Amino acid sequence: MSVRVGEAASAPPFPEAAKRMVANSQLRRNVRHATDVIRTKRGRVVGEKEDWEALRNAGKAIKDHTLANLDHYLVQFEEACTKAGGKVHWARDADEANRIIVDLVKQYNADEVIKVKTMTSDETRLNVALEAAGITPFETDLADLIVQLGGDKPSHIVVPALHRNRMEIREIFMKKMGLDTLGYQPEDLAGAARQYLRERFLRVKVGISGANYLVAETGSVVVVESEGNGRMCLSLPEVLISIVGVEKVIPRFEDLEVFLQLLPRSATGERMNPYNSIWTGVTPGDGPQAFHIVLLDNGRTEVLADPESRETLDCIRCGACLNACPVYRQTGGHAYGSVYGGPIGAILTPQLQSMEHSQTLPYASSLCGACYEVCPVKINIPEILIHLRTKVVESGHAPLAERLAMKGAAFAMSKASRLSLAHAFARLGQWPFNDDGKLDNLPGLLAGWTETRDLDAIPAESFREWWAKR
Amino acid sequence: MVISLFITCYNDALFPRTGQAVVEVLERLGHTVEFRAAQTCCGQMHYNTGYREDSYALLRQFLDVFADAEVIVCPSSSCVAMMRDHYPKMAAQLNDPALAARVEAILPRVFEFSELLVDKLGVTDVGAFYPHTVTMHASCHALRSLHIGTKPAELLKQVKGLTLLELPDADQCCGFGGTFAVKNPDVSAAMLSDKVQCVLGTRAEACTGADNSCLMHIGGALSRQRTGVRTIHLAEILASTEKNSREKTV
Repeated sequence: MSVRVGEAASAPPFPEAAKRMVANSQLRRNVRHATDVIRTKRGRVVGEKEDWEALRNAGKAIKDHTLANLDHYLVQFEEACTKAGGKVHWARDADEANRIIVDLVKQYNADEVIKVKTMTSDETRLNVALEAAGITPFETDLADLIVQLGGDKPSHIVVPALHRNRMEIREIFMKKMGLDTLGYQPEDLAGAARQYLRERFLRVKVGISGANYLVAETGSVVVVESEGNGRMCLSLPEVLISIVGVEKVIPRFEDLEVFLQLLPRSATGERMNPYNSIWTGVTPGDGPQAFHIVLLDNGRTEVLADPESRETLDCIRCGACLNACPVYRQTGGHAYGSVYGGPIGAILTPQLQSMEHSQTLPYASSLCGACYEVCPVKINIPEILIHLRTKVVESGHAPLAERLAMKGAAFAMSKASRLSLAHAFARLGQWPFNDDGKLDNLPGLLAGWTETRDLDAIPAESFREWWAKR
Repeated sequence: MVISLFITCYNDALFPRTGQAVVEVLERLGHTVEFRAAQTCCGQMHYNTGYREDSYALLRQFLDVFADAEVIVCPSSSCVAMMRDHYPKMAAQLNDPALAARVEAILPRVFEFSELLVDKLGVTDVGAFYPHTVTMHASCHALRSLHIGTKPAELLKQVKGLTLLELPDADQCCGFGGTFAVKNPDVSAAMLSDKVQCVLGTRAEACTGADNSCLMHIGGALSRQRTGVRTIHLAEILASTEKNSREKTV
């Protein structure tokens, strides 16, 4: 089975990719500014909810319950959706999902599609598969459009073009839309995008979307968004195809009460999404007359099988952990080599790939806990990061120098007498590097530290030696 | 009260002055401090880096050494967080109910230094004198795991001569993260750069905190950049008196 998340299998290790991002001052400024704005808005609208903790607990409980009974709720969804006139397809992996969608588009004799923002289609690299089959995908979410026209990759799960500022966007639009002049005010840029997209909304016969939620009891599909492009894509085309991860199902319609509060406040700092689209199968004479939904596994059931990390699948893709993460805020999303960046990406990407790739991602965190603090469904990301690090070590994929250092330290710590001996050796060993009480040029594992930081030399007397003489 | 000091491995080797300061403050308050020489390490580095097996041995060792201690004080917030957050989980991972019971019995007796003073001993004025402008780094584990909140600041506000300056973006990590600083040196340095800018912006002479690992990191950059700003553990400020400044004077 091929399990694949975008191009993550061939991405460079995180420290290497991050080094390039850290050196890019424009990117760092853009990411800093954007995450600051969203964090501030989120803080304001979360702070005004007196029942925020209760909402978080409810969201977590619903998700955990659903995952524990996922087979039941998926079948229930399939039955209800089918009854309402939808057609449900099951895809084991990315290739199978892409194949199903390409075949469907061809079946309807279409050679172009309009898309509403779907990270899941980025996970499967659907656009590449469509283009290879001679089908042109048009992204209609403003940020996705910027990414597509710029030949770029998404850098945030909610705000994919967060790494771009409006001067850069203006340049991309002028080049790719063939414009001689364009203002640089937000309304100028939005106007250009509107002009470019409107004609496609009206012309293209097949729409492709993701989904935020699937409601098992009614067979309904839910998409929330801010721009209205989604509403156009979901209602104007003749055919609608949705690609959705199996973990997106929730049991009851009334569960939306919880998630439609948690998601907008966490994601964009809005009290409610401007557009909440909910549809159930097909309705004669209203909206698309053919509806297909592709339910994607692509490694998810494998994550579900691990009791220590299955809560990864609770994620509602709000992106709050990215905005809060001090690592993401320095590097942006591209360093993670995956469509899923930031803390949630650091746990989701390696797991979806059976831990065979992206092994540096669980280490791309200082374990500061800011992600866990803001997560609307209380995913304990730091704990899962540690769990995945254990998997990396136990599968023998940790660097040799690190393994030796850890084994050496474990041996020294195993007995106080050995520790005292280690102190003595370390004091001797530091002698060639000791510059007036500071170590500023250490070799090996510590070279990265002393490149930008001094280290105090080990004092002549340890605490235990001082105590013994007391 | 007899208070058993868990100095932690890195304070033992690298920051003995912090341990000495803890002893001095507690003795000044009339308590007896004991140091159990068989102690080594809480296991945090191994556990957090993925070397779970090695950390299990250190958990057992900690329990053996401190089993009958009345009160245990540890001047490192991240080590206390390791014990509170992970020791119960480690016992569960090992599927060892006896070990879980020992963990459950010992944890209520483990205190971070400022917790011990403010919560257990009920003091904020320890008779300290430190005539300097100081800012304080919150430390992520103290902030989000121990929730020690304003305790260090309450202690610092009672120190004669000390001016406490608020650190902007106090909830942001300094970029240490244990082996993170070694495995991701560039991102870590970028995070540290932000932290150092905040520290320098306060114009404080010194940056304090409840965890020498963060202070070692921040201090490493303050030293490399020749800022002249120093780091000092909270315990060392509290140990400083009008008679004994504890500063490294010539």
